[in-house]
Amino acid sequence: MDSFSGGDLASASSGRDEEAVRIEDLHKSFGELEVLKGVNLTARKGDVVAIIGGSGSGKSTMLRCINFLETPTSGRIYVGGEHIAMREDGTPANRRQLERIRTRLGMVFQSFNLWTHRTLLENVIEVPVHVLKQSRAEAIEKAQSLLKRVGLGDKADVYPAYLSGGQQQRAAIARALAVDPDVMLFDEPTSALDPELVGEVLTVIRDLAAEGRTMLLVTHEMKFAREVADHVVYLYQGRIEEQGAPDQVFDAPKSERLQQFLMSIN
Amino acid sequence: MIGLRDLLKPHRILLILLFLAFVVWCALSLRWDWLPQYAPLALEGLWRTIWLLVVTTILGFLLAIPLGLAQAVGPWYLSTPARVFCTVIRGTPLLLQIWLLYYGLGSLFPQFPAIRQSELWPYLRQAWPYAVLALTLSYAGYEGEVMRGAFSGVGKGQLEAAKAYGMRPFAVFRRIWLPQAIRNVLPTLGGETILQLKATPLVATITVIDIYAVSSRVRADTLIVYEPLLLLALVYLVIAGIIAFIFRRIEKQVPSAIQRR
Repeated sequence: MDSFSGGDLASASSGRDEEAVRIEDLHKSFGELEVLKGVNLTARKGDVVAIIGGSGSGKSTMLRCINFLETPTSGRIYVGGEHIAMREDGTPANRRQLERIRTRLGMVFQSFNLWTHRTLLENVIEVPVHVLKQSRAEAIEKAQSLLKRVGLGDKADVYPAYLSGGQQQRAAIARALAVDPDVMLFDEPTSALDPELVGEVLTVIRDLAAEGRTMLLVTHEMKFAREVADHVVYLYQGRIEEQGAPDQVFDAPKSERLQQFLMSIN
Repeated sequence: MIGLRDLLKPHRILLILLFLAFVVWCALSLRWDWLPQYAPLALEGLWRTIWLLVVTTILGFLLAIPLGLAQAVGPWYLSTPARVFCTVIRGTPLLLQIWLLYYGLGSLFPQFPAIRQSELWPYLRQAWPYAVLALTLSYAGYEGEVMRGAFSGVGKGQLEAAKAYGMRPFAVFRRIWLPQAIRNVLPTLGGETILQLKATPLVATITVIDIYAVSSRVRADTLIVYEPLLLLALVYLVIAGIIAFIFRRIEKQVPSAIQRR
């Protein structure tokens, strides 16, 4: 097994060994092309796992398999210890179960994907009100405090198109937080941003890491990964080539490919 | 929109004066003595025109949603018939469709005793159900094509985000996909509805007495040609103006910045 245990993490503290996400022997092919060739990974509660790798290494696909935005070709996905039922062909066997689990995974996309016909506030309360059936007043109150938290308290009634990419992504993070997710999935959250806007988004993510949120983070920001992650996973051609604590992965990489990868981006 | 100030430019003032002079001339030197006699019939016809327009655009649009959806994302056994339907409707004259339905279907029905004896027969032997059907199908055919583009035009990422947060497929459609698609087509829809208005006189050919049919009746009865036609043009112009106004109001209430960055 390629997975790691929470016990050896520097940041591990008591109450953290409960498993949040487990991926077992995950395979994914797009037609002939095998993108994931057997990935095993476990994230425990409170872990911040950074997933790095070159383009085409399968890191985004892996993340998207966790909530079945991509259907795995084979393998098993567990969220909070619960196995997501899957048919032979990888499609979810139980729609209701998948929909329930999806509401516990807050996903943040590379291209924000805010709903453009709704204001920021409406974006943030959409899922709490219409999926989780929370009361509207309560959801609004919570959404306002979340928007304030990501620095958009004065933009609640603005439509996404009027905002910068950095603001949109921070709003998207507020939307993810609104469901009070057990795990947050970040799919290259800063890759679509102008360089000067990256910092404001990273600041928000850093805060979330500091408060002990469980996060899986696909990123190209190596400095940031090193700073916030408890664990770094390097994917190469659909396999986990190397993983470990950030210091170890970035300062003393064992794999030649990881060495080359780190050289190439510095 | 042109503001009041812009109207006070010399060339515009001249045009307005010319138009007023034309109206005054029309009122004074043309024959309007037939008006009182035909006014009740004209009102009835006007009502029928508006009623036809409203009912067929609403029904047609409701039909256009599944037609557009089927073409945008449906499996082949739904998308192909939808595409064929839209192509046939858009590729043949509306007059032909109306006649095919009225003289074709309308003369077929009485041959079936079951239909003749059904409770629908009192309606089916009249002309207006065929007019409603033909205009509805026509609007659906054109809007189905427009809705196909509108559905495809909604960002895939937004639908994915809805899915990723556990929304059920129907909720994704109702809360995210459909509202955005409708917003995408609003500017087109106003124009299409005006086109639909201008298609309604064709129902006069199957004995539905709309406002156009009334003007023909006046001409036939009194041999007065231009006056009823001028008035008719004015009536259509006013209705078209009202439609444009309504759609502009709706568009204004909708966030203008739908475009993706």
